[in-house]
Order: sequence, then C-alpha cells, then structure tokens
Amino acid sequence: MRKLLFLLKKEFRQIRRNPFMARAIIMVPIIQMLILVPAITFEVKRVDLAVTDNDRSPASRELMAKLSGSSFFRISATPGNYNKAEALLFSGEADMVLIIPDDFSEGLAGVNAPRLQVLADAVNPTTAQLGWSYLTSVVRDYNREVMISRGTAPAALPGIAVSPRFWYNPTLNYKHYMLPGVLVILITAIGLLMAGLNLVKEKETGTIEQINVTPVKKWELIASKVIPFFIIGLVDLALGLTVGWIAFDIPFEGSLLLFFACAAIFLVGVLGLALFFSTMASTQQQFLFIAFFFVMIFILMSGIFTPSESMPRWAQQFNYVNPVAYLMRINRMVMLKGSGFYDIARDMAALSVLAVTFITFAIMAYRKRA
Amino acid sequence: MKRFMAFVRKEFLHIFRDYRTLIILFGLPAMQILIFGYAVRTDLTNAGIAVLDNAHDEVSAEIIGKLEASEFFEIKFHLASYDAIDAAFKQGKIKEVVIFPENFGASLTREGNATVSIIADGSEPNTASLVTGYTTAILNDYSSTLTRQVTSALPVINPEVKMYFNPNLESHFMFVPGVITLILILVSALMTSVTIVREKEFGTMEVLLVSPLKPWQIIIGKVAPYFFLSLVNVIVILLMAWFVFGLPVRGSVALLIAECMLYILLGLAIGILVSSSVDKMENAIFISFLTLMLPSLLLSGFIFPIENMPKIYDYVSMILPPRWFVEIIRTVMIKGGGLAVIWKETLILALMTLFFIALSAKKFKVRLGEGTK
Repeated sequence: MRKLLFLLKKEFRQIRRNPFMARAIIMVPIIQMLILVPAITFEVKRVDLAVTDNDRSPASRELMAKLSGSSFFRISATPGNYNKAEALLFSGEADMVLIIPDDFSEGLAGVNAPRLQVLADAVNPTTAQLGWSYLTSVVRDYNREVMISRGTAPAALPGIAVSPRFWYNPTLNYKHYMLPGVLVILITAIGLLMAGLNLVKEKETGTIEQINVTPVKKWELIASKVIPFFIIGLVDLALGLTVGWIAFDIPFEGSLLLFFACAAIFLVGVLGLALFFSTMASTQQQFLFIAFFFVMIFILMSGIFTPSESMPRWAQQFNYVNPVAYLMRINRMVMLKGSGFYDIARDMAALSVLAVTFITFAIMAYRKRA
Repeated sequence: MKRFMAFVRKEFLHIFRDYRTLIILFGLPAMQILIFGYAVRTDLTNAGIAVLDNAHDEVSAEIIGKLEASEFFEIKFHLASYDAIDAAFKQGKIKEVVIFPENFGASLTREGNATVSIIADGSEPNTASLVTGYTTAILNDYSSTLTRQVTSALPVINPEVKMYFNPNLESHFMFVPGVITLILILVSALMTSVTIVREKEFGTMEVLLVSPLKPWQIIIGKVAPYFFLSLVNVIVILLMAWFVFGLPVRGSVALLIAECMLYILLGLAIGILVSSSVDKMENAIFISFLTLMLPSLLLSGFIFPIENMPKIYDYVSMILPPRWFVEIIRTVMIKGGGLAVIWKETLILALMTLFFIALSAKKFKVRLGEGTK
C-alpha cells in the first residue's frame, strides 16, 4: 500500500511538471464547453425562399406578404422564370423556391383548383422537411382566411387546435440538450486519451521495463496509472459543469451525488478501455488512431446528436455494450428532468457491469504482455 | 532523380509496414460511412408516446387509432391522470403525451372546434419538435377531412413539392461529403505533420539533411505517399457511397478528383507548416486536432448547418478550408454542378494553398539555414 502511495505521488508530480498536460487539464473542459455547446444545433432558424410570381395578382402578393411576414422565411430572390429559380437552388442562394402559377387567383376565385409548386433543396433533409411543413401551414392559414373573408365558408370551420408545450426545456434550447452530452465527450476524451497516452509513453520510451524489474506489483502499477486520471476526470467534469452553469445557465434538476456516482462508474469502464487499447499499441501514434477509431464509434452511436431510438435494431443492440450511450442517457435524464435513482437504476446497473467487465478484461490482457 | 525515387520508395515502405495504422486509415472512413449511412438518422420512427384521454369518446378513440397506426409512434402508456405524466417522462420511455380534454368530441361536433394539448419532452429539442410536428400533421389531416365534409365545393390550395437532389430525403447525402473532408484532413495534414516531426524528434532529420538529397526533395518524398494514400481513400469512399448507398457522382468525376487533389495539396501544405513550427509529436497531434479536425467536424456545415449557429461561427468558418471544400463536394457530387458554380470556392482554396506553401517554404528555409551554418 505504501508503494502505491509513492507511485501515485510520482504520477501526480509527472503530470504537474509537464506544462502541456497541466494546461490541457484546465483548458480542455473550458474550451469544449464554450465552443462545442453553442455550435451544435439542429434548430433551423431561417429558410431562404425564392418566389417566382407568374400570377402578379393581389392574391399572390398577399400570399408572399404572409410568407415574408413569418420570421421563418426570408424572401431572398424573385427569379423571373422556372429556369432562373432552379439555378438558385444549384448555386445554394435559395433553400426553397415557390412558384405561383399564372392561374392562381383564378383558381382561388373558384374556376379551378389553385395550385402552388415548391422546389426544395433536400441535400439537408431536416431543413427541407421543416421548410416544407412551415410553408404548407402558412398556405393553409392563408387559404382559410381567404375562404372566410369571401364568405364562401362559415366563420367557424371545424378544426382541431393543437397546443404544444415542452416540459423540462420550455424554449427548446439546444444548449440544454447538448451540454450533458458534451460533458460525456469530455470525460471520455480525458479518461481514454490522457491515461492511454501516458501508459503507451512508458512503453515507447522503454521505462516500463525498469518498472517491471522493481518489486512493484502489477496491480499497484495499474492502480497508480489509473487512479490519477480517475480523479482528473471527475475534477474536469466538475469544472465543465461549472463553466456550463456560469456561461449558459443550464438548470440542474436532479441529484449531484447521483450524477457524479454515474460518472465515476463510467470512468472506471473508460480507464479499462484505455488500459486495453494501450496493450494493442506500441507507439503513441498508434494508440491515438486506435482510440480515435473507437471513440468515434462510441460517440456517434450513443445518440448524442440523434435519438438512439430511431436507429436500426443492430445499432440499438450495439448500444448495450456502449458505455457512452448509457451515460449520455443518464446525464440528460438526471440533469434536465431530475430523474431519480429508481428511474435510472437499470441503466446504472448495466453501466456497472460494463465497467467491471472492461477493467477486468484489461487487467488480464495487461498481465499477459508483461 | 534515381536517388529521389529510392527515397520515395523508402517512405512508402515505412508506411506499408505499419499495418495497424493502415488498417485504421482505411477502416475509419468505411466505419464512418456505415454509421452515418445506417445508424445516425435524423428522422424519427417508433417514438414512444403516451395518451391521456379524458374524453373517452368516439372522436378521441378514432384519433388515438390514427396515432397508433402511424409508423412514427408507438403508444406505450394510457395514462389515467395528469399527475402521472412527470413520472412517465422521468423513466425516459416516452417523448410526448397527447391529452384530450373532457367533452372533446362533443365540442368538436357542436362548436366546430376543440383543442388537443401536447406535452413533449423538451430535454431532446429535436425529437420534441419532430414528434409535435408529426402529431400536428396527423391532427390537421383529421380536421381537414372534417372541413371537406362542410366545404367540399370550395377552392383548397394544393401545394406540391419537389425535393431536389435528394428525393427520398436520405441523410447520407449530407454526410458523405463531410466524411471525405474529414478523412482527407486526417491523412494529409495530421499524418504528414506527425511523420515529419517524428524525424525531428528522433534526430533522423539531420541525417537526411546531410544526405545528397535536396531539402525540397526530402519534403516531397515525405509527403508523396500521403498524397497517394489520400487519393486512394477518396476513391474508396466514393465507391462505397456508390455501391452501398447508390449515391453516384452526379457531376464530373474528373472535376471532383481534381478538387480533391487541390484540397489534399492544401492539407499537405498545412501539415508541413505545422511540422516546421513544433518539435514534439504530441504537440503536432494536438495542434492538428484543434485547428483541423475540430473545424472539419463542426464548422464545415456537414452535420450542423452553419446558418443555424451563432453568427461568429459563420465568420470564423470562412477562414477555414473545410467549409469551402464541403460546399464544392456537395455541389459537384450531389447537385451535379460544374466549375461555373464553384469557381469562387475553388479560387479561395487555391489561394489558401499557395499561401500555405509559400509560408511553409519560407519557414523551412529558416530552419535549414540554422542547420547548415
């Protein structure tokens, strides 16, 4: 036990003396929080709409006024004909094009069914779909008004009004959604990369041989390598959380203790992975590539950007062994909804099993090589 | 020239012997294409929802039936009271609760209107707006059948949409250009800077410099294999996009390859510049990561459209190459546009390339001056 204490002292001293490491431990959480959290958003704020008005009637102008009156659309151009309108989609100057045919107002007067033609740039499907559904709702409102004002329809058409409300995040602020996820990325990166690079560096420079011939036992060596990064991970988590709190005023509904307990379990698993990957690499560069490869898979599959429920079955099954997916879910539930222990007990249990499995596996693999 | 060729061959051998790195180098794009293509979906299917039906009448039952029948939703709970909602959300199984007020059907048939309340879980904003959008669409659909019964003879405007470039609204149209950008930067800039710095760190650069090879030959020899590897990677990604997703290059393949070469050149120039400014591998990795990888991922607009970010990100992204390159790839590959559309972006990248080559050439000479004196 005394030997372990000495080893720990040595590790902390080494970290402190490396100016690069010391700086990274402080700066990485701050930079990640401040840059990543506001940047990641799927919220579509504005769609550039080009309108080709072949009708040039009061009715078509009224419709255009209604569209530009909504904060969602900005009429960016009024191309003269179909070909010019289409060209705007190719050059990216318009996200959507609305073409009002020359018989639009006649149609509204009841001669034939009025039509509208919409061309949407669907390279980004989310924007295209959202723009299209906004446009149809503006057109529907306009249609209703026209019918009522002309007295062709009773003032009270039967209709169902929908009143949506959003709990836990009433303004649908993306920062509230991303912050818990970015915290997971943060401790994954700290735990996996820093610990792993440290382990491999010992191997690359050959100092591992020297340690192997000392009376230090395997478990003491591993513990001395893992414990510092466990502590740094938790400290960085607290730092990141504080930065988020100050900069973005994110609410914290649940129990802090539960939050840190889950993060601690997660870190054990991640450090196990770092240990395991370090046995696969002989240089820091190789470790970096291996770690990058797996971190990329874990994070992208975890449902950080997109709900994991809409992933195909195999992807959801993969997430049973993806620690990032568990912590991503737990963090969001605890931070934003205030879920308690019983709500997340199953996820916590699964995460614990994973963590213990990873670290055991890694220790076994490590022994074989030494 | 013969000496130079021998040197280039040596560099190729170096790379091919490190099979672990090579596997990752080709495994990474393949994995990303598959994950982005199949697993990361921005649309929504089978979202869990709950229903709180205070009306218990025919109309509410009919609407619940419609919700149940749609592919978007799966009704997990029929809640008994308003107080049960919070607990249901906290378990994380449902995304929204649809609430029918008392006398829903009666007020709809008698007074002509009624209100359905939706409470969505705002902790996932994207999902929340999608589920409320889908629910509203189903309800609108239902009420317009009612409207039509009253006003069958009235002109109802009928907008038609044509989704350009991506009629089935597949999300991989977004991601393939991004993956190309990411991989090219990884291979060309990151790998180059690390290999050159490695020679410096191990002291073997000095050995190379006193050899009969000219300095520029050493640099060209060092980066040539990565140029080649990057190109192979692009071709692999394009072939995967084609065979796995049926996503062909709609524009000119020659133009696309030429633009990729320009971008690789730019990446290599940045890599050389980074390598001449640092002398430790970790630092090279760190700088490349921070200034190249992160912007390629975040500020290129390949996952998150830049228009939606705070304005400052828009301005910052303009001085970063990935933004322009993603635009080029997207135009040529997906929209089928030619040089006439993207000449501006191409010019910007070309100027950036010249700038970085000039800068790294200057930097390199200074270093050499110290070495030979």
